[in-house]
Amino acid sequence: MIRVDGRSDSASLIKVRGLNKTYSRGGEQIQVLQGLNLDVDKGDFVAFMGPSGSGKTTLLNLLGGLDVPSAGSITVDGDEITHMSASKLTHWRARHVGFIFQMYNLIPVLTAFQNVELPLLLTKLSKSERRKHVETALGVVGLTDRMNHYPRQLSGGQEQRVTIARAIVSDPTFLLCDEPTGDLDRKSADEIMALIDELVGKYNKTILMVTHDSLVAARAHMTLHLDKGVLVEGGKSPQQVLAGGAA
Amino acid sequence: MKFSRLIFANLFRKKARLILTIGSFAIALFLFTFLAVVKGAFSRGTELAGADRLVVINRVGLIQTLPLSYDDKIRAISGVKFVTHNHWFGGVYQDEKNFFPQFAVDIENHRQVMTEFRVPDDQWINFVKDQQGAVAGAGLAKRFGWKIGDRIPLKNALYGTTKTWEFNLDGIYHNDKPGGDESQFWLQWKYFDENVPAAVKSTAGWYVIKLDNPDDAARVGKAIDTLFANSSSETKTETESAFQANFAKQLGNIEFLILTIGSVVFFTLLLVTGNTMAISVRERTAELAVLKAIGFTDRSVLFFVLAESLVIALIGGVLGLGLAILAIPVVGSALNGLLPPLLLSVSVLSLGLGFALLVGAASGLLPGIGAMRLRVVNALRRV
Repeated sequence: MIRVDGRSDSASLIKVRGLNKTYSRGGEQIQVLQGLNLDVDKGDFVAFMGPSGSGKTTLLNLLGGLDVPSAGSITVDGDEITHMSASKLTHWRARHVGFIFQMYNLIPVLTAFQNVELPLLLTKLSKSERRKHVETALGVVGLTDRMNHYPRQLSGGQEQRVTIARAIVSDPTFLLCDEPTGDLDRKSADEIMALIDELVGKYNKTILMVTHDSLVAARAHMTLHLDKGVLVEGGKSPQQVLAGGAA
Repeated sequence: MKFSRLIFANLFRKKARLILTIGSFAIALFLFTFLAVVKGAFSRGTELAGADRLVVINRVGLIQTLPLSYDDKIRAISGVKFVTHNHWFGGVYQDEKNFFPQFAVDIENHRQVMTEFRVPDDQWINFVKDQQGAVAGAGLAKRFGWKIGDRIPLKNALYGTTKTWEFNLDGIYHNDKPGGDESQFWLQWKYFDENVPAAVKSTAGWYVIKLDNPDDAARVGKAIDTLFANSSSETKTETESAFQANFAKQLGNIEFLILTIGSVVFFTLLLVTGNTMAISVRERTAELAVLKAIGFTDRSVLFFVLAESLVIALIGGVLGLGLAILAIPVVGSALNGLLPPLLLSVSVLSLGLGFALLVGAASGLLPGIGAMRLRVVNALRRV
C-alpha cells in the first residue's frame, strides 16, 4: 500500500518521514523537498511525476542512498539509511538497490554479459554461479542471444534491457528507475514498460520510477506528483491517466 | 582476479593512445637504462679501484711526466710495499677510431701492484723475455680477433717522428673483478724507453703504489708529496679511487649530466602519463559514477585507475628494458672502446622497473583520487 500522509503504522518496505533536502546555490538556500512522507510496500510500483526541478530525481537519489537528506529519515526493510556512513551506504546500495538510468550508462568496453555481471563482482559468488545468475537475468529481459554483444551493437531498447538485467541480477530489495523510457521511441518504450510490468507482476519486484511520460506513469500502481517539494497523490488508475486525467 | 577484465577492457579502450603511452614509457626506460649504464661505466673504475693503492702524478697534470728516479725514493717511505710505474703510449691501431689504452709497464713490479690482472705464468714469462712483447686484455683481444703470436702494429706520432711500432702478442690478461677493465694493451717500459726521444727517456707517466696497510694511505700520500715539494716535478698523490674519479671528471661532470637528463626524462614522462590518465578518467566520469552507484567503493575506483596506470608502466617498462638489453651490447661495440665497457646489471634493470612503476603510480594517483572523490549525483547529472 502506497501512502504519502506519514500515518501508516504498518511495517512498510520503504518508509520516508519528514524528508527535507536543501541546496545552497550562490549563497541562496533552495529547498527541494519539504517534509516529505512516503510508505511503499513490497511489490508496489510507484511513479513520480512533476515539472523539471520539482525534486523527482533528488528524491530518487535520496531513496537510493546516492545523496543524503538535510532532515528526515528513510528506512528500507528496517534499516535507516540516513545516518549511514558513505562507505556503509555503498555496501547497502550494492545489496538493496537496482538502478535503471535514462541513458542506460552501460560500460561500452564490456559485453552485455560483462555489464550485467558487474554487481556480482562485489559478491562472493564463484565464476560459475555468477554466470548462472547473469544468464538468468538476461533470460528475464529476453537477451540471452545477445549476451556477447557490446552496447554499440545493441539498439536503445536492447541497451535498456541490459541495464534492467544489471539492476535485477543481484536480486535487490527495490529498483529505482530514472526516466527509463526517456530516450526511447514509443515502441521500445512500450516493450521496456511491459518488462517492468512483468518484474512487478511476475517477480513481485518493488519499483519506484521517475517519468515525464503520463502513459508510462499510468502503468504504475500509483502516480505521485511532486509539486514545490511536496508529494501529492495523483491519478490512481491507468484508465484515468490514459483519458488525460492525470492530476 | 575477477576485476582484471574490467581493468584490461578500460585499458584497451583507446588503442592508439595506449600504444603511444606505452611507447613513451618504453623510450624513457631505454634512455634511463642507457644513461645508467654509461654512468656505471664511468664510475666503475672508482668502484673497482684498489683500496690499498695510491697513484702519484705530476702536480701540473697527468700529461706531465715524473723522473724515474722517484721510484727508489718512494719505495723508501715506510708503509710502501711495492711501486710500479707506467707511461702512456698513445698509438693508433689501423684507424684512429680503434682507440684503446696502451701503457708501457714496469715488468718487474706490475703484477705485484696490479693484482687483479691475471696473466698465465707461461705467457708472462714470454712477455718478459720478448722486448717487443705485448699483453692485451681479453676484451681487447676479442674486439680485434687477436690471438697469441699475432703481430700488432701501432702507429705513434707522440714521440718525435711518426713511426710504426711492432709488437708480438705474448699474453692475454683477464680481470679478477667482475666488470673490471680488460681493454688495456701493455708493452715493456724498457722497449719504450729505448725508442723514445731523450726528453722522454727515464720518465714515468705516473706511479702506482701498493701499501702495506690501506689505513696508511693519507700518511704515505702526504709523505710523498712533501718529499718532492719544491722540486722541478712536484707530485700529487691520491688514492686510486680518487684518481679514477678525477680522471672521469676531466670529461665533465658526467654523473650530474646523466642525473639531470634522467630526471627531465622521468618528469616529462610523469606529466605525459598523468595527463593521459586524467583525460582517460574524465572521459569515463559517468561510467565511474555508475560503478559507484551500483556498489563499487571509492577505494576500488581508485584501485582501477591506479591498476591501469601501473599496467601501462609495467608493459612500457619491460619493453624499454628489453630494448636496452638488446641495444646496449650493439651500442657498446659500435663505440669502439671510446667508453669503458657498457655493462647492464640486474640492479640497473630492477631500478629502471622500479622507477617505471613509481611514475606509473604517481601519474595515476591524482586522477584516481579525483575519481575516488567523484560525487555520483553530480556526475550522473552531467550525463
